[in-house]
Amino acid sequence: MNISDIKKEFPIFDNKVHNNDLVYLDSANSSQKPRVVIDRIYDFYSKEFSNVGRSVHYLAVAATNLYESTRVSMQKYINALDKNEIVFTKGATEAINLVANTFGQKYLEEGDEVLLTELEHHSNYVPWHFLRKSKNIKIEFAEINSDGEITLDSIEKKITKKTKIIGVTHLSNVTGAILPIKDIAKLAHSKGIPLLVDGCQGAPHLKLDMQDLDCDFYAISGHKMYGPTGIGILYAKKKWLDELPPYQGGGGMIKEVKKKDISYGELPNKYEAGTMATAQVIAFNESIKFLEKIGIENIEKHEKELMNYATEILGKNNSINIVGNPKKKGGVLSFTIEGIHPHDIATILDEDGVAIRAGHHCCQILHEKIGLPATARASFGVYNTKADIDQLSKSIEKCKKIFKLI
Amino acid sequence: MNLKELYQEIILDHGKNPRNLRKTDNFNKDAKGYNPLCGDKVHVYLKLNENKKVEDISFEGSGCAISMASASIMTDLVKGKEEKEVKEIVSDLLNMIKEKDELNNKILKDDEKTKLMCLSGVKQYPMRVKCATLSWHTLTSALNNLEQTNNTEN
Repeated sequence: MNISDIKKEFPIFDNKVHNNDLVYLDSANSSQKPRVVIDRIYDFYSKEFSNVGRSVHYLAVAATNLYESTRVSMQKYINALDKNEIVFTKGATEAINLVANTFGQKYLEEGDEVLLTELEHHSNYVPWHFLRKSKNIKIEFAEINSDGEITLDSIEKKITKKTKIIGVTHLSNVTGAILPIKDIAKLAHSKGIPLLVDGCQGAPHLKLDMQDLDCDFYAISGHKMYGPTGIGILYAKKKWLDELPPYQGGGGMIKEVKKKDISYGELPNKYEAGTMATAQVIAFNESIKFLEKIGIENIEKHEKELMNYATEILGKNNSINIVGNPKKKGGVLSFTIEGIHPHDIATILDEDGVAIRAGHHCCQILHEKIGLPATARASFGVYNTKADIDQLSKSIEKCKKIFKLI
Repeated sequence: MNLKELYQEIILDHGKNPRNLRKTDNFNKDAKGYNPLCGDKVHVYLKLNENKKVEDISFEGSGCAISMASASIMTDLVKGKEEKEVKEIVSDLLNMIKEKDELNNKILKDDEKTKLMCLSGVKQYPMRVKCATLSWHTLTSALNNLEQTNNTEN
């Protein structure tokens, strides 16, 4: 894989930021989009647009077929058994809200427990908090170890007879820790508990095989996976989608509507009320093809190399403290610099065209635990190069100069 | 964009060694401010005497150089002023950061105004304006006896 060729596929890198080449190190927040995805949205709107699943005219049939073909691509990409196990949502956040809401409605009673981890970002905590308020359930957190990892042990310790569902991230967006999903699923299932995986960071960086992972729910964010915003995927084992009640009501998800009662549509329509983000779903197919063309194994290898290089370069710098030291780590590197607040780092780096994120990364629970109100985070994507890391390191030195640390 | 204007000597100095970073004994007004976007926190304590003069002002908190320097400079300038004057300085500062190019109040001396104008560098950095204004909004909340945490959304 020639990485410089891949960068060329992303039009954003043709632009300058404050007269500098863009060094984009914020892919964990959202990834940039390859030309094929951008063009697909334009083409769909200019040549093929219609609403899907309703009318019988030529455009409607063609658009419906395109929309459904993304579902099949996704099914194959993550090795789901049935295309109806793929539900389109507006993002991973909505996917998790869908599960929390419908599972909570049907299966959770006062005093029941939902087990999360301290690594979860807010999308996999706040939806469960709603149930804490409405149903008086309890939320427990498996604790991180000093390396910023969640071990199988830390999860097992918190499972009680009241635990009704477990929700864990696949890959931490702060420490980069990759969780042992397969083992967690085995453990959960041995106790009859379903497992939800927040795949926001996992999906763009790791090989996904639902038969191998064996989780019950897997939430995916399209815009972090080189796709458009406004599109996410909920993978759920079919038995859950059959059993759980619908999430939102409206057109498209119904079978028969009478004054006295309403019956709901079959899968996957049951969970896709209203007009969906049609163009985005169709363009997302191009993201999947793009990832398949490069090969997720190659992406994993490339990002691992970048991570090793960045850890080596930044590790040499005495004033930099890298947050977390997980044994299995994805392309996320959070750090602090003694004497400079992360927001000041981000502002100074930005002037050089280096885009990182600073703050709590929607993980306030974790930041409180590690005693840091904020961290700076560089996260990698398929388009990053070692030269990007070199520029990061150079710009960090500039921060230190401005703050008179050197 | 001009980083030198943003990170002026005086900002770096106050950011590194904030003045009045402590808790006033026997304070009679206080408020907490929080910027949910970046996690900056500030708790402002005031002691107003019977003539409504600021006998002491202090703050506790953590944040970036801009927010710490802004809080530090604020406490320095507000001490000894009357409540009415404090409110005028606050609104002058907020206006200066939001729209105007200068300070118009007649309360502060020229050298004090120069100090305060150091915060004008954030104007070029819209994402950082809230860092500079957090402590000032919080001071207003304290004076108005507002219980709720000020979250800089106004």
